[in-house]
Amino acid sequence: MRKLVLAISMLAFAGSAAFADPIKDRQALMKERGKLAGQLSKVVKGEEDFDAAAVLTTLKSLQANAERFDAETLFPAGSDKGDTTAAPKIWEDMAGFKAVGDKLVTDVKAAVASPPADADALKAQLNKIGGDCGTCHQTYRIKKG
Amino acid sequence: MRWLRKLIGAVVVLGGAGAVAGWALSAPVRLDAATVAQLGPGDAAKGKRIFYAGGCTSCHAKPGSKGDARLELAGGLELKTPFGIFVPPNISQDPKDGIGAWSEEDFANAMLKGVSPSGEHFYPAFPYASYARMKPADIADLYAFMKTLPAVAGKAPGHKLGFPFNIRRGIGLWKRFYLSPEPVIALPGGTPDKALAGRYLVEGPGHCGECHTPRDFAGGVKKAEWLAGAVAAAGSGVVPNITPQGGTKDWSEADIANYLETGFTPDFDSVGGAMVDVQRNMAQLTADDRAAIAAYLKAVPPRANGYPARKPKS
Ligand code: HEC
Ligand code: HEC
Ligand code: HEC
Repeated sequence: MRKLVLAISMLAFAGSAAFADPIKDRQALMKERGKLAGQLSKVVKGEEDFDAAAVLTTLKSLQANAERFDAETLFPAGSDKGDTTAAPKIWEDMAGFKAVGDKLVTDVKAAVASPPADADALKAQLNKIGGDCGTCHQTYRIKKG
Repeated sequence: MRWLRKLIGAVVVLGGAGAVAGWALSAPVRLDAATVAQLGPGDAAKGKRIFYAGGCTSCHAKPGSKGDARLELAGGLELKTPFGIFVPPNISQDPKDGIGAWSEEDFANAMLKGVSPSGEHFYPAFPYASYARMKPADIADLYAFMKTLPAVAGKAPGHKLGFPFNIRRGIGLWKRFYLSPEPVIALPGGTPDKALAGRYLVEGPGHCGECHTPRDFAGGVKKAEWLAGAVAAAGSGVVPNITPQGGTKDWSEADIANYLETGFTPDFDSVGGAMVDVQRNMAQLTADDRAAIAAYLKAVPPRANGYPARKPKS
């Protein structure tokens, strides 16, 4: 009996090591993305001074973050269960879901390619980027309270 | 068996009397002449603000349309509710398929009384239970603005409702309980004008309570749990509690106003679900209007969540 328990717990351990929790991974990716967008938002709101170099660095980090969005790995089938706000719609329309992810990459890249010269220019770019967050969250995310 | 026949007779008579009373009580009520007189000629420029505050595009724009196409109000979205599927109709300026031929008074009767030009009740899935709190002058401005929008041909499909919800007449009784132009929250004397202006925007055109308040068995909003959050009408997910006791407890007024403008929460999450369309409409308002809404949300009575606690994590 003790052997059996030991075997099972070792198996469970091996399992969790092999498949890092995709729900935690994607939430961490999103949290980082939120922090970066939040930093830009502070500049737009005038809570922080506009510093072109710092803004560009943040935009680049946001680009890297957006490019790390690998839908297949982060949203494997069945991972709509558990402590997640991912909507079942993701698995009904994986192509549409990925397309919004790609749109975010495109818009952030465009911002990096023509870095904003002042807070107003950044505001226009952040509106577009924020719009992509909203478009995805509108369809592919459900708050469960 | 004579007693049984008597009983049946009595039931039929009572039922008949009830039906007659019900028929009278469920008759459509139109606006009175005094209110119609207050409509006056509308101002399209001012009506644009009301149009966005009222979120007409969220339900009446062609599903999935973007940008300027959001102003083509051809209808066709499917609203899933416990009563069936409602499909908002074409309210573009097309005279045949839309409301291009409607008079200002027809329009005001729809918005404030939920009554159609032919005298039928509208379903409250069209949120006139909130719009009924709007000022006649704002209705007139909105009418004038909508006149500037394009005509789009083509009727939207009909609703998909089962019995008894497919009978419009019964809505007359519903209105007796749930339709009133009075404010929901009686704010105490001395409340700043800002919060009062916010009350008007939230309780009237903004119809925030239609999603953020739980409903009773008859589909009326529970005023005792105003803005306390609710299970989403579509059945999955929740609409959050936005009273000072809800998830926005630690948000400042500026945080709420910023969320309505940009969609970003103070903890750097981004707006989702049905709120995305609402937020995009709110972004079209002035900073003053958003600040007023925020002030009102801080002034409403705190309430516990209007939806069941989430099951413990597995
Ligand atoms: C939550 C969704 C929703 C919103 C928001 C909404 N409507 Fe509607 N509307 C409906 C539905 C559903 C109907 C159909 C009601 C019925 O058939 O009884 C409707 C019907 C109407 C009608 C009657 C059209 C006809 O041909 O009979 C008018 C007029 C109208 N809406 C105007 C508006 C205006 C103006 C706004 C914005 C201020 C608005 N609606 C916002 C859902 C909505
Ligand atoms: C392609 C779709 C998509 C895009 C684009 C997107 N998100 Fe998300 N986001 C999601 C999904 C799905 C979840 C739910 C993840 C879960 O709970 O498993 C989520 C969750 C979040 C969360 C909550 C994470 C947590 O701790 O639960 C934050 C914060 C967030 N997103 C911020 C953003 C911001 C900011 C942007 C834009 C810069 C953005 N997201 C763009 C799909 C997207
Ligand atoms: C069509 C339904 C609907 C209407 C109408 C609506 N909301 Fe919402 N609201 C939601 C949903 C759903 C969410 C959750 C958003 C998410 O998942 O990110 C939300 C979220 C919010 C939040 C953020 C709460 C939090 O804890 O994250 C605020 C603030 C808010 N709404 C205010 C308003 C105001 C003000 C109005 C009226 C002008 C309004 N809402 C009208 C559905 C609605």
